[in-house]
Amino acid sequence: MADFNLPENSKVKPGKVWAAPVGAKRIKRIEVYRYDPESGENPRLDVFHIDLDRCAPMVLDALLLIKNEIDPKLAFRRSCREGVCGSCSMNIDGHNTLACTKAMDDCSEVIRIYPLPHLPVVKDLVPDMTHFYAQYASIKPWIVTQTPPPADRERLQSKEERSKLDGLVECILCASCSTSCPSYWWNGDRYLGPAVLLQSYRWIADSRDETTGERLDELEDPFKLYRCHTIMNCTDTCPKGLNPAKAIAEIKKLLVERQK
Amino acid sequence: MNFQTPLARARGLGSARQGSHDWWQQRVTAVALVPLSLWLAIHLSKLPSTTYVEVLQWMSLPWNTILLLSFIFLSLYHAMLGLQVVIEDYVHNDWMKIIGMLGVRLVTAFLALSTAFSVLRIVFVESHG
Repeated sequence: MADFNLPENSKVKPGKVWAAPVGAKRIKRIEVYRYDPESGENPRLDVFHIDLDRCAPMVLDALLLIKNEIDPKLAFRRSCREGVCGSCSMNIDGHNTLACTKAMDDCSEVIRIYPLPHLPVVKDLVPDMTHFYAQYASIKPWIVTQTPPPADRERLQSKEERSKLDGLVECILCASCSTSCPSYWWNGDRYLGPAVLLQSYRWIADSRDETTGERLDELEDPFKLYRCHTIMNCTDTCPKGLNPAKAIAEIKKLLVERQK
Repeated sequence: MNFQTPLARARGLGSARQGSHDWWQQRVTAVALVPLSLWLAIHLSKLPSTTYVEVLQWMSLPWNTILLLSFIFLSLYHAMLGLQVVIEDYVHNDWMKIIGMLGVRLVTAFLALSTAFSVLRIVFVESHG
């Protein structure tokens, strides 16, 4: 059966409380999930107090301040700091989002930060994305053609054909959507999840690809595709404002359409 | 030890090449059940002020018999598809899954047959008795 409770060794215990810096006027309380697999201890929730007057506005800025000035052991991924790379996806205030584009002003009084839900945790806010990336590789996220490209130019696409990819190519594979989906929590080993299905539809909808049928064949499966029950957490949480639920619905529509 | 690559694990046993049929049937039966359920609810709400003989006569009208049988078959088929999804979602033990799937099919089939039999018996036997 699906596990609805955390295993004993995953239960989060209260952690260390770091006092506010002396002389700070605008103090923000930030609670951060900490887990070190080498310690053999349960995860804990550390409490940091940061001086907002010494910190830039985003949650990622706060994490960098904590790492630079309070606890250098804090582990998290980040790179572009502008919502393009998808590295700093995490659960902030109960919502999966990007720490770099989430302003602290838009958060609650106490900001609670956890890693993306239901993935194995490597350390602190760093989840193991191996299976997620393998699932992405499994849908062959590249153009597949039989016809050789024209000798003197690239494969052409009309503006209308290109417009079908709008809302799909913007996905940065941060996994916020997939890890917010209860179906992906319970059946993530087989269900591809919203991010990978959106990416799959990106190639199905691409007018230049010549394997639409094969791609649909690969998806027609009770688990790979049909674990989606239109819960819509994916669309609700996407930090890029995309609509993976719609992409999945389009795939289902095509599967019905080709039988008519 | 498991030396399978992550990609091999992600691909698993590949696509079952099915699932669309059940998904589509679940939607079709859901849509059909909207007017049918409303029709049945309206008539059930009148039951307290209806006599036994009147109910027998109402059920024996051909349209009512057909709609009642449609409701029975569609709702139980819809229930079977829905329970199948619940089992696929939450039951991960192979044996429990097989038993669950078979159980759901057998129970819904039995319910469909027995309720349809009851309606037909009322229509063709009781109302003439």
